[in-house]
Amino acid sequence: MDLSLLSRLNEIRAARGAAILITDLETGHQRLIQSGQDCTGDPLETELTKRFHSGKSGTIETKTGNHFLTVSVPSPRLVLIGAVHITQALVPMAELAGFDVTVIDPRTAFATEDRFPSATLKADWPEEVLKNEPLDAYTALAAVTHDPKIDDFPLQAALKAGCFYVGALGSRKTHGKRLDRLRDNGVTETDLARIEAPIGQDIGAASPAEIAVAILGSVIKALRKPGTV
Amino acid sequence: MAQDTTSPSQDILSTAELWVKSGRNVAVATVIETWGSAPRPVGSHLVIDEDGNFEGSVSGGCVEGAVVSEAVDVIETGDPALLEFGVADETAWQVGLSCGGRIRVYVEPLISSKHS
Repeated sequence: MDLSLLSRLNEIRAARGAAILITDLETGHQRLIQSGQDCTGDPLETELTKRFHSGKSGTIETKTGNHFLTVSVPSPRLVLIGAVHITQALVPMAELAGFDVTVIDPRTAFATEDRFPSATLKADWPEEVLKNEPLDAYTALAAVTHDPKIDDFPLQAALKAGCFYVGALGSRKTHGKRLDRLRDNGVTETDLARIEAPIGQDIGAASPAEIAVAILGSVIKALRKPGTV
Repeated sequence: MAQDTTSPSQDILSTAELWVKSGRNVAVATVIETWGSAPRPVGSHLVIDEDGNFEGSVSGGCVEGAVVSEAVDVIETGDPALLEFGVADETAWQVGLSCGGRIRVYVEPLISSKHS
């Protein structure tokens, strides 16, 4: 492998980008494809698209011999809007399951270091936090404040960024009003349909911790079985 | 807590880059295929220098020794090598996978100048 190729791959990874390193196992020749790069007409186009989704490395047979694809995608991240009781239960659960977790809430009464590990907590408006830490396709977002002033912006940002999961807490009535507001803001019906509401898997969750389990269930399902949530 | 945004197998590639930049001669080994109950997934890396120092794992300890000595050859010759380990292998007594799985490992030199 050429060092310049490895340096580029490491740069992409450091910026939470996705890339696939293709190695021809016969000749040792290598090339790097970055996610978002136009690979129309590439003999491996379909395979590349599939692998960016699954994140799985593997060997493939082609007419020109065997190739190994080293697939590098960012670790999954969960952004929670609202430092509420559900969030307190969800943060440790999601971390155990391997997610990098960020909690955003501008209300300083909720967003305290007594309630959350300081490393995950951003006590500021989502508009401000997401400016520095933009959402991406390897991020899930759950909005749980019920407050349109706080929830609406990040929900729209998540749909725009193609987050692999977008969920919002609230009754059907609350969600109906939310859909009206987002529609007025120009969000398409296809995008609106991507918001999971009521939030979480239907397990009859009652307590905040049980709702946290239901949400995490949906996030994992969206990650492992894309298109099913 | 959860500050590390990269998985361990990915960190190995950063290590590889650092090693080369600090003047060491380096090879990268990658698990490219597994059968049965292989202990490390496809895409796992091991980085090795010319003195046999290494980071990472391709099997959780069973065949690292063999991969490292092969990698030292790869660094010397500059030619990649494809290795296979498993119970069906004739070297099974020395370096077989106790779990009964089989793995194929690609070992390549890391070259710091442009060349194809």
